[in-house]
Amino acid sequence: MSSESTIAGLLRRLDAGEVSAVELTRAALDRIAQANGTLNAFVSVDETGALAQAQAADAARAKGEAGALAGIPIAHKDVLMTAGLKTTCGSRMLANFVAPYDAFVVEGLKRAGAVLVGKTNMDEFAMGSSSESSHFGPVRNPWDPERVPGGSSGGSAAAVAARLVAGATGTDTGGSIRQPAALTGICGLKPTYGLCSRYGLVAFASSLDTPGPFAQTAEDCALLLDAMAGHDPRDSTSINRPKEDYRRGLAAPPTDPARPLAGLRIGLPEQYFGDGIDGDVAAAVDGALEALRRLGATTVPLSLPAVRLSIPVYYVIAPAEASSNLSRFDGVRYGHRAAVYDDLRDMYRKSRAEGFGAEVKRRILVGTYVLSHGYYDAYYLKAQQVRRLIADDFRRALGACDVIAGPTSPTPAFRLGDKSDDPVQMYLNDIFTVAANLTGLPAMSIPCGFTRGGLPVGLQLHAGHFGEARLLEVAHRYQQATDWHRRVPPGLGLRDG
Amino acid sequence: MGDWEVVIGLETHAQLSTASKIFSGASTAFGAAPNTQASAIDIALPGVLPVLNRGAVERAIRFGLAVGATIAPRSVFARKNYFYPDLPKGYQISQFEIPVVQGGEILIVSPTRGEIVVRLTRAHLEEDAGKSLHEDFHGMTGIDLNRAGTPLLEIVSEPDLRSAAEAVAYAKTLHGLVRWIGICDGNMQEGSFRCDANVSVRRPGAPLGTRCEIKNLNSFRFLERAIEFEVRRQIELIEDGGTVRQETRLYDPDRHQTRAMRSKEDAQDYRYFPDPDLPPLVIDRAWMDRVAAELPELPAAMKARFETQYALPAYDATMLTQSREMAGYFEDAVSSFGGEAKIVANWMLGEVSAALNRAEVDIGAAPVGPAELAGLLKRVADGTVSTKIAKDVFDAMWTGEGDADAIIDKRGLRQISDRDEIEKLVDDVLAANAAIVAEFRAGKEKAFNSLVGKAMAASKGKANPGQVNALLRQKLGR
Repeated sequence: MSSESTIAGLLRRLDAGEVSAVELTRAALDRIAQANGTLNAFVSVDETGALAQAQAADAARAKGEAGALAGIPIAHKDVLMTAGLKTTCGSRMLANFVAPYDAFVVEGLKRAGAVLVGKTNMDEFAMGSSSESSHFGPVRNPWDPERVPGGSSGGSAAAVAARLVAGATGTDTGGSIRQPAALTGICGLKPTYGLCSRYGLVAFASSLDTPGPFAQTAEDCALLLDAMAGHDPRDSTSINRPKEDYRRGLAAPPTDPARPLAGLRIGLPEQYFGDGIDGDVAAAVDGALEALRRLGATTVPLSLPAVRLSIPVYYVIAPAEASSNLSRFDGVRYGHRAAVYDDLRDMYRKSRAEGFGAEVKRRILVGTYVLSHGYYDAYYLKAQQVRRLIADDFRRALGACDVIAGPTSPTPAFRLGDKSDDPVQMYLNDIFTVAANLTGLPAMSIPCGFTRGGLPVGLQLHAGHFGEARLLEVAHRYQQATDWHRRVPPGLGLRDG
Repeated sequence: MGDWEVVIGLETHAQLSTASKIFSGASTAFGAAPNTQASAIDIALPGVLPVLNRGAVERAIRFGLAVGATIAPRSVFARKNYFYPDLPKGYQISQFEIPVVQGGEILIVSPTRGEIVVRLTRAHLEEDAGKSLHEDFHGMTGIDLNRAGTPLLEIVSEPDLRSAAEAVAYAKTLHGLVRWIGICDGNMQEGSFRCDANVSVRRPGAPLGTRCEIKNLNSFRFLERAIEFEVRRQIELIEDGGTVRQETRLYDPDRHQTRAMRSKEDAQDYRYFPDPDLPPLVIDRAWMDRVAAELPELPAAMKARFETQYALPAYDATMLTQSREMAGYFEDAVSSFGGEAKIVANWMLGEVSAALNRAEVDIGAAPVGPAELAGLLKRVADGTVSTKIAKDVFDAMWTGEGDADAIIDKRGLRQISDRDEIEKLVDDVLAANAAIVAEFRAGKEKAFNSLVGKAMAASKGKANPGQVNALLRQKLGR
């Protein structure tokens, strides 16, 4: 029995009548009840709602009206609005906020029949790379609970890695899907900016925020993306283009089954293979590239000179937008309001001081500073100019290759608390991931091996705008030839395969 | 007080007449119960996004075309960041570096300088904030977000105005224009049209003085008084050896004075930056052409046409093109009258305007329509009634007594033009007023007018005054 816990595998079992959606949902709820005490992956679990959706999915399937994901238990990152359920963004500010509407991607997955079992923990307002800054406590890595799962979508990544749910949503502003996917040994896709509407995604940095899927396999990511992508007139940055069928794209057999990636040119930027990369990570990535070559791909060296500036550029633009986006949390209409205050200014001051954690405050301060009169040109405007240079680098590079590969993260999962006192060290974790956000390009992390200490390593692939189908195909062919994605964290009472 | 020059520029907020808000689908109708017209976007729930209302853009284009401005092919929405309880997002979406309308000019009639051109700096699209309600809540403030997100066009003039009266003339012309082209209802009580005035004073020829901005003037009278007060304040300040501080001031209509609100030093840093939720606003040639094709004849063009087509003096043509309704009334009346257009113009700028002012109604609501007015003017033209009697008939028409002919018949106001009848009248007057006749003969010219008056009075005003005059002269031998 292979791939039983993947979405594709579960759909086969549901269609064959081997299992019901209610059974799958109960099993997911049981596993969450067992594991969440350790992992802290979920902020809230909606048992009643999930079982009702599962029953509806079973009824629909019986009538032959099941959606593409009917009965598949999933989770949403708690930064996506889910009607009737708390949407906290991992913050005290919204600890009791019940969303009055569904985000676009939540609607899409609901329409496909996926069963929402709960909301996952995350860095507060998606600001972080370790999922330690949540008001609800840190998320732990299923591969080693003393280590972080990455962030900011650490709860979703941990939930999928620990097989608590078959798939989950995340949001990626500077690597918040790909880096936790890498650190927990699963697949995470950041789609092209504009492919999945941001409607209902509580904004961190509007020009960078991108919702996307987590799953065990590329095929499952394709299934989730099919339900999440699409034009949305409620988001002016959503792109109006014909809908693709990502799952079907993977079903076509390759012309040369022995060399399914023949003709594929993989670009290897020198900047992604230099110093500062953990030796085990580098070794795993090299092994993956070797495997891809065996499948027929060729690799071409290239250079992305401006990419070295992506961290400073990102840490100007993202906080600038965040400082403005988070202004609406003022205690006036919803969210946390201080119990005692003297006047209006005092109410703002106390409500925001109490409602936001340290990292959020740090970024609001940085963002406010770089937008200030006299600093705007030197920081924000300059950062936008460099952002264009980085985009130019990628455009040139993608003219000479089809995908760009490298490690997702320079290191494997680090220990809780290791970097939480050093924001710059924490920020450097995003060194390979932020460029995709600055350029809007799609990028994906897939499991490609382990360190000697048994921690997962991720391979990151970039493609041109709207190149999701290509990314998924490369990842899928790789996964057909390898089994890193089938490895299950030890100590969870689960078996591989 | 020596010789001072006053320099004024206005920033005018015109609320655009779209059915829904600039970034949400909520209604913009005035007067609804608090917060019943505030959508998730207007109250800035987490996760919501703005979507630009095409109708608001179209109105901005219409304005730009009407003032001969450049319509930016690509303009940018920016966020103006500040905290206030009636500003739900913590920022206002506006246009900062690249506004949709750039340049342009408006022709006004200055009470002292005649026709002058007022240059426009720009006009940009933005959203309005909500309202804070300080009354009715003991120790608390109520927030009404119905107005939040209402589309505004902020029209900024260059400092080309030189007096409070000129500022009012400009504001009135602009007010007329935005209504003329149908982009704003111009309702000042409801705040649909409000001005901020930038005022400074200087010695003639000197560089510009330090300016103060007077905020939120929502009537022409307040605009005039606020500027007049502010000018006096600044001049007195300087003449007393002081200096004007750049600051924002509020006008208090009860006390007829302005007072400082905040100075430049504590002005906020709004941290403008392009709104990442909204792509640049792109307006192509085709869109502009479509809007241009739907644009009505503009007041300046119509004024020029009135001068040539109807042989009107510039003043009349200007006054008659203050609103589309006024101009339409005029043209309708001229066409059904068939006589000299200047007569219609005189009546409209005289009797009709006076009656409208007394009744405080717009010309659209006038009880005497253009065809009815023309009916009356025909009776003046054909000698049925004198101009003087016609004014009484007009008043009767205004109060709903009927049309001109009916009133003339009912009241027996037909003019007496019969020579015998008038001769008898004149003879009677001469016989009964021998003393006045004697005065006249002694050289007192005024006595003649007195005799005319007596004859007219005897006819109850119905005698043809021309004939009375002529006969009297004849009989008195002069």
